[in-house]
Amino acid sequence: MNLSDYPTTWKRPPQLIKDRRWRIGIQILIVVYLILAIDTVEVNWTRVYEGLERGQRFILGFLQPDFASRWRDISQGLIESLTMSLTSTVIGVAISIPIGIGAARNLAPRWIYYICRSIIAVSRALQEVIIAIFFVAMFGFGPFAGFLTLTFATIGFIAKLLADDIEEIDEGQAEAIRATGASWWQVVTYAVQPQVSPRLIGLSLYRLDINFRESAVIGIVGAGGIGATLNTAIDRYEYDSAGAILLIIIGIVFVAEYSSGYLRKFLQ
Amino acid sequence: MLTLEGLSKTYKTGDTALSDVSLVVPKGQILGLIGPSGAGKSTLIRCINRLVEPTKGKVVLGDVNLVGLGKRELRRQRRRIGMIFQEYALVERLTVMENVLSGRLGYVPFWRSYLRKFPKSDIQRAYQLLDRVGLLEHASKRADALSGGQRQRVGIARALAQNPELLLVDEPTASLDPKTSRQIMRLLTEICQETNLPAIVNIHDVPLAQQFMQRIVGLRAGRVVFEGTPDELTQNALTTIYGEEDWNAMRQGDQEQAEAEADAKARMAVLSL
Repeated sequence: MNLSDYPTTWKRPPQLIKDRRWRIGIQILIVVYLILAIDTVEVNWTRVYEGLERGQRFILGFLQPDFASRWRDISQGLIESLTMSLTSTVIGVAISIPIGIGAARNLAPRWIYYICRSIIAVSRALQEVIIAIFFVAMFGFGPFAGFLTLTFATIGFIAKLLADDIEEIDEGQAEAIRATGASWWQVVTYAVQPQVSPRLIGLSLYRLDINFRESAVIGIVGAGGIGATLNTAIDRYEYDSAGAILLIIIGIVFVAEYSSGYLRKFLQ
Repeated sequence: MLTLEGLSKTYKTGDTALSDVSLVVPKGQILGLIGPSGAGKSTLIRCINRLVEPTKGKVVLGDVNLVGLGKRELRRQRRRIGMIFQEYALVERLTVMENVLSGRLGYVPFWRSYLRKFPKSDIQRAYQLLDRVGLLEHASKRADALSGGQRQRVGIARALAQNPELLLVDEPTASLDPKTSRQIMRLLTEICQETNLPAIVNIHDVPLAQQFMQRIVGLRAGRVVFEGTPDELTQNALTTIYGEEDWNAMRQGDQEQAEAEADAKARMAVLSL
């Protein structure tokens, strides 16, 4: 066959839905549903107008932040939040390590695996705000409820990622350590720990960062910290103080983001 | 002395990897295990230290049958069997010294190994082994900082740190260049001869096996189809092991290997001048 006998065009075969009629039909259905769905959203335009006015006041307060007049409340809230996020990260990670090991299919027996995966699933299924409401109802307003909430959330996050990491280790290294006659604990500390610890440290720093941000959110439902201070400021229409608090939160998150990013790069 | 009696392995998927393998490896013998991919070479050596659980048969090392031992007793017996791997299987983020000392894990309690407080005699022995394989000055480097040949030498030192009575060697040179392969094989055979240590070596490379092994066993589809000295490994024997069609490719590879070997020898001669 000559070169000129071969076809000059090639079309990528459809990957998902083979039938052309079905493809077009489904696309039309999606567009129709979207139009109908948007139509059902009721917008009260007068309410939106009023809200804009309030938003304007808020932004004006934001542009003229007042750090001074409520500084005692703000600094107390900040210290609470920072303490809460640090302690909950440390305790949460400490609890996550055994649960993460138990939730790794290649290390744990089946029944322990299922128990640990269930703990992780429960922790991940419940959003922080919901857990915070629950703990505030149990232990009252204040940072203790916040600490418990963040610890609980940290367990779901770190244990899951640690378990997935352990399941993806290089089995050859573990096999070699096992072949020397090492015990289960020795295999964990000699073959697994060196492979997963740099990422575990990186994830813990990332979680510290998340916990600080979350501490501002859960404060709104009564779990103490800077969120509680922010909530009070908004309730009193003190938008200048609220602006100051938001600026401080943004500043700390920036610092945390950059320093943890730098540390993680250093650890690799 | 290692004795295998009617060793068989059928995987859960129904694949039979080994059927009725019987072998005797006397003290001091280096036995080469050759055969096509999937013949069961890897399974065979992993059945010996029970990294793979055999379905049937006996593995007798000295006077202990390893099949059917409980977990704790199995760990004690594994200390007597050193293993060397194809991709070195070093713990990459640990230092060379920690990798060699990990050969002592079966002998020390958990807390000692966790705190890296190994007995003085273990540390001394580790230094001696590193010196033997020519890596004394690399003791504090991380394992992933070494070259392939150096890593495999750490692997050898780790296996020897166990003070083994048997070495299991799984494709020791498959990831190495021809020259380094020969250096590693030479080191292995020297060490085995020095200490009268028996070894089973899985090896893909037929000329390499003929050059360094004392006895060769050919495996095909999980059965022993050849047993003899390297000289007895004729073209006919190779056809029995690898099959007709594969053998043509093998001969080509054989030639390439011979050329590589000649090349390596020439270069080594230059180096030693």
